[in-house]
Amino acid sequence: MQELVDISERYHRQVLLKELGVQGQQRLAEAKVLVLGSGGLGCPALLYLAAAGVGTIGIVDFDNVSMSNLHRQVLFGTEDIGQLKVLVAERKLKAINPEINILTYPVKLDNAGCLELFASYDIILDGTDNFATRYMVNDACVLLQKPLVYGAVSRFEGQVAVFAADKTGVNYRDLFPQPPVEGEVLNCAEAGVLGVLPGIIGSMQANEVIKLITGMGEVLKDQLYTYHALYNQHLTLQLSVVEENRKGIPKNEQEFLQTNYEWLCGIGVEKMEIEQEQFEELMEKGELTVIDVREENELPAISFVEHVKMPLSGLKEQLEKIEGETVVFICQSGKRSLQAAKLLAAINARINIYSLKGGVLNWKSKIS
Amino acid sequence: MEIQITIFGQLTDITGSSLVRVPAARDTEELLTILKQQYPALGTAKFVVAVDKKIIQGNTALTANSSIALLPPFSGG
Repeated sequence: MQELVDISERYHRQVLLKELGVQGQQRLAEAKVLVLGSGGLGCPALLYLAAAGVGTIGIVDFDNVSMSNLHRQVLFGTEDIGQLKVLVAERKLKAINPEINILTYPVKLDNAGCLELFASYDIILDGTDNFATRYMVNDACVLLQKPLVYGAVSRFEGQVAVFAADKTGVNYRDLFPQPPVEGEVLNCAEAGVLGVLPGIIGSMQANEVIKLITGMGEVLKDQLYTYHALYNQHLTLQLSVVEENRKGIPKNEQEFLQTNYEWLCGIGVEKMEIEQEQFEELMEKGELTVIDVREENELPAISFVEHVKMPLSGLKEQLEKIEGETVVFICQSGKRSLQAAKLLAAINARINIYSLKGGVLNWKSKIS
Repeated sequence: MEIQITIFGQLTDITGSSLVRVPAARDTEELLTILKQQYPALGTAKFVVAVDKKIIQGNTALTANSSIALLPPFSGG
C-alpha cells in the first residue's frame, strides 16, 4: 500500500490529467522502451521517459562521454568524461526515478543485435547519429512491426516522425528510399548543431512515445514534423506509402541479416577490392558471377574466367538484374569495376560484392 | 505568378537562402529544371519535394498558391 501512495505522489501531476489518469500511468509502468543512442536526442528523451515512469528502459550506446558532447548531451557532466555513456545515464536516471528498470547495452548495434534486442521492447526510439544505423533500425522495425519514434537534427533543424506505427504505417524508406552515400550529407561533427535543438527534438520523441503507450492524443503517424529553431518555423508534412521505395527493405529476417548497411552508405567499400589471389580462391569455390564492365570492344578480351558483359555506361539500368551470392566486377585497371561495385552495393547490399584490383591489365596468367 | 520555395537543411548551402523564388512553373518537373539551372549543385543533391504539405512522388501540378519545400535527409542525433 505504501508503494502505491509513493507512486501516486511521484506521478500525481500527470495522473491528474484525465487523458492519462491511473490507467495511463499503469500503461507507462508496464511499457518497455528501447532508446538507441544516448546522445543529443537520447539524453532528453531518457530524462523524460524515466521521470514519466516508463517501467523498463533499455539504452544502447557503445560510446564514452567526451567534452564535445556536453553542450547538448544533458545527462552528462564534466566529471563523466571518459566513462561509458550508458553507465552514467543509468546512474543519473536511477537517481531521478529508482522505481523503474534500466537495462544498458554498451554495444555497437548490428543487424543481429537489432533482431535480438528489439523483440523484447514495445517501442524503439531512434537517437542514433548516422544513416547506416538509421536504415538498419528502420528496416528491423518494419520487419518486426515495432513502432519507431524517429528524430534527427542538423544545425538548427530537426525532424520527428513515428514510423511503422502499425501494419499500414509509413516508414523512413517511404520518405528517403536510399541512404545518401558517405560524405554526401554532413553529420553534426561536420555541420554543427545548436545544443538546445536535440533537447527540443528528443523531448518531442519522448512525447510521441508517451502518447503511443497511453493512447492519448495523436502521434505523428504518416507525418514528418520539421522544426527550425532560428525562426520558430514548424511544418507537419503528410507522408504516404510508396511501394516502389520499399524494394530496398529486406523481405525477411534472413535477408536482413545479410544486408550490409554500411555498404549501402558507401562505408567500407574500399574493402571490396580483391587481389588476383583472392579472386582465384573465389573461382575455385564456384557460384561466382563475374561481370566485365568495360565498354564493347575493349581489349584484351577476358579468357581466364566465364563472365557476362555489362558496360559501366549502361550498368545502372541493369543493376536490379544482378543476382547470386557473390559478384566480382572486372574492368581494365580496377577503377570502373570499383565504381560498379559501389553502385551495386548502394541498391543491393545483400550480395558479396568485389572488384578486381588492377583489372585485366594487371592479370598474371599462370603459364608454366 | 512567382513561386516561393522553402529550402531545408544543408540545401541552403547550395541556394544561399532558405527562401527561393522562381518565376511561374506548371509543375514540379518544370520547377526542378529551373532550380537546377539556377543552382547546378541541386542536380546531385538528395532531397524530397513537398507540395502543399504533402511529400510528393513524381510530377505534380502547381498553382500560384502552391507552397513548396525541398527537404534533404539528415542523420544527426
